[in-house]
Amino acid sequence: MFPKWFDKWNNENPTNIYGPAILIGAVGVAVTVAAFLVVVGQPFKTESLQSGPRGTGMSRPEFVREVRTPDPSIEVMYSEAPYVPEGGEPLARDIYQNVQVLGDLTEYNFNRLMLAMTDWVAPDQGCAYCHGDVDVEEYGNDDLYTKVVARRMIQMTQTINEGWDGHVNANKTVGVTCYTCHRGQNVPSDIWFKMGSVNEAAGGWAAVQNRVTVQSQYTSLPSDALETFLLDYGRIGVHNLEAHVAEYPSEEGVTTWQDTERTFSLMNYVSNSLGVNCVFCHNSRAFYDPEQVTPQWSTEQLGIGMVQEINNEYLVPLEDVYPPERLGPVFADAPKAACKTCHKGYQQPLQGTNVIADWPELATTGAPVYE
Amino acid sequence: MAEYQNIFTQVQVQGKPEWGMATDNAEYERTRKAGFSTLIGWIGNAQLGPVWLGWTGMVSLATGILALNIIGLNMLAQVGWSVPEFIRQLFWLALEPPSPEYGLRMPPLNEGGWYIIASFFLLISVMSWWARTYLLAMEHKMGKHVFWAFGSAIWLFLVLGLFRPILMGSWSEAVPYGIFPHLDWTTAFSIRYGNLYYNPFHALSIVFLYGSVLLFAMHGATILAVTRYGGDRELEQIIDRGTATERAALFWRWTMGFNATMEGIHRWAWWFAVLTPITGGIGILLTGTVVDNWFIWAQEHHFAPMYDGSYGYEAYGSYETFIGQEN
Repeated sequence: MFPKWFDKWNNENPTNIYGPAILIGAVGVAVTVAAFLVVVGQPFKTESLQSGPRGTGMSRPEFVREVRTPDPSIEVMYSEAPYVPEGGEPLARDIYQNVQVLGDLTEYNFNRLMLAMTDWVAPDQGCAYCHGDVDVEEYGNDDLYTKVVARRMIQMTQTINEGWDGHVNANKTVGVTCYTCHRGQNVPSDIWFKMGSVNEAAGGWAAVQNRVTVQSQYTSLPSDALETFLLDYGRIGVHNLEAHVAEYPSEEGVTTWQDTERTFSLMNYVSNSLGVNCVFCHNSRAFYDPEQVTPQWSTEQLGIGMVQEINNEYLVPLEDVYPPERLGPVFADAPKAACKTCHKGYQQPLQGTNVIADWPELATTGAPVYE
Repeated sequence: MAEYQNIFTQVQVQGKPEWGMATDNAEYERTRKAGFSTLIGWIGNAQLGPVWLGWTGMVSLATGILALNIIGLNMLAQVGWSVPEFIRQLFWLALEPPSPEYGLRMPPLNEGGWYIIASFFLLISVMSWWARTYLLAMEHKMGKHVFWAFGSAIWLFLVLGLFRPILMGSWSEAVPYGIFPHLDWTTAFSIRYGNLYYNPFHALSIVFLYGSVLLFAMHGATILAVTRYGGDRELEQIIDRGTATERAALFWRWTMGFNATMEGIHRWAWWFAVLTPITGGIGILLTGTVVDNWFIWAQEHHFAPMYDGSYGYEAYGSYETFIGQEN
């Protein structure tokens, strides 16, 4: 391959090229990496949200690139400022048939909200999703289940905004609309159904856990936590508040490590739903201690109460209204909500976007107040 | 010349198998085959076998295999006898202890009954293996140090699965047999009883565990470092101290003013190792029986300091700044 004089010279002058090659290679890589870091900067920068005193380790680290990327749902959210009534306009209940909620709205505002709901919930199907493929004169009919459900959901939204102000507007006024959960989908993401036994050939404590399920957030923790706590008002706290207590696990009402796993399952679900960790609410050295929790712990308490009401007052009673394909796969139960249905992995849904500003109609169970 | 090393051995001795001593019953209790494996020769002695099984070994193997099969078949039944699903969910699956309401009674098979049966066989398996360590030490006219060391591990095993459940009045307190589920138990156990980190015996156990690691590293390094002076012949150095021992001792005395002896370092290591499960077992045994909330217990005994500062991120920055939308 090479000329003879070259091979000959090489044979006569043996040189170790591997030692220097490794050295030069290593130095070269080091210089390149150093130059990259100086010019471009640290590519995996993190920042932390401190949530407690120094020394407790209470902080949430995130990659800057991830946490600074806005929720894509914010940009595509539809909203429209209200038409402030000047008084004397005819109201929706007088113009249209069978208006059981939103009857206090003027015609413009009523249609404005109807249009927005279409965009939030059924952008592909349009008005027909609830009203059917009929003339506008027939829109008063309650033939489709979607319309019956939508009416109840409007009431639910109003109740959440008014009655659960302490949770929803804990940091600032943001409110909720249909879009908070639906995000342009007929059925919101991250709803849940009852699972019952997840293991065959097992009963009791052995039957409800140790399987990869969405409800257990892919852990081996119990899969019945959402059902136990967010539907059946189960007791979440597991601790004794004294150092020494005379009680036995087999006694009624004594909390066990099994109960603790179920609570842990719920807490893990909450953390994942909000994209936070335990120390967003708790000082993890004493989970139960009300003197070592953050204000977010109280917000969360209200949130749990809110979800319990949403499920028991609004979602479960609709069970008979839904067609079979909307019901759960195991128990044919109504779809239910929990933290992730709204939060979608963000500490504040839609990253704290004020969604209610344009929609005073959804902010109250009474007549809307325009400003 | 090829160099002999203790691990990743470059020189392997292979030839006629070394059979050990011929004792009265060795012929009956020992397996009759011995061979060589180049693969295991890379990390230790290349000879494989013979195994002195004995009746304790037979009992231990039989009951151990039985227990393992009960656990595995229960897992397989839980996924409807689907082998792919069994493999996919293996780390999630478990044989769980009974539900709490059964107390110390025998529950139905599918609600922890199999757990009790598997535990029974596992107990026999472990105990007969323990007996085996005694009998084999006797056979070699050795001290019973391995027997007692294994006993300390068995102490923790018995506390977790036998003593504490009996004191708590319920088999449901035992630990699940499963990869992730036994870790879930550990977390839930700590949280339920107010944070095990405030349990002083848990703290001691960690001290001895980490201490064992440190001692092992120090001792291993020291012996390797004086191997060139014959330090690897530790037993000879113990009874007939040579320059290797002198250098090793001087090294540590000059480093930290104190040194163990060639013999004593092994007592240090042995005690650190056995005290890890002994103290850990005491900590577990006290939890839920004597102390129900370790954090409050720690507060009462003044070693759970309170930290000055606010709770809640609002005191340290805003959510809007965190996500880069401060306007």
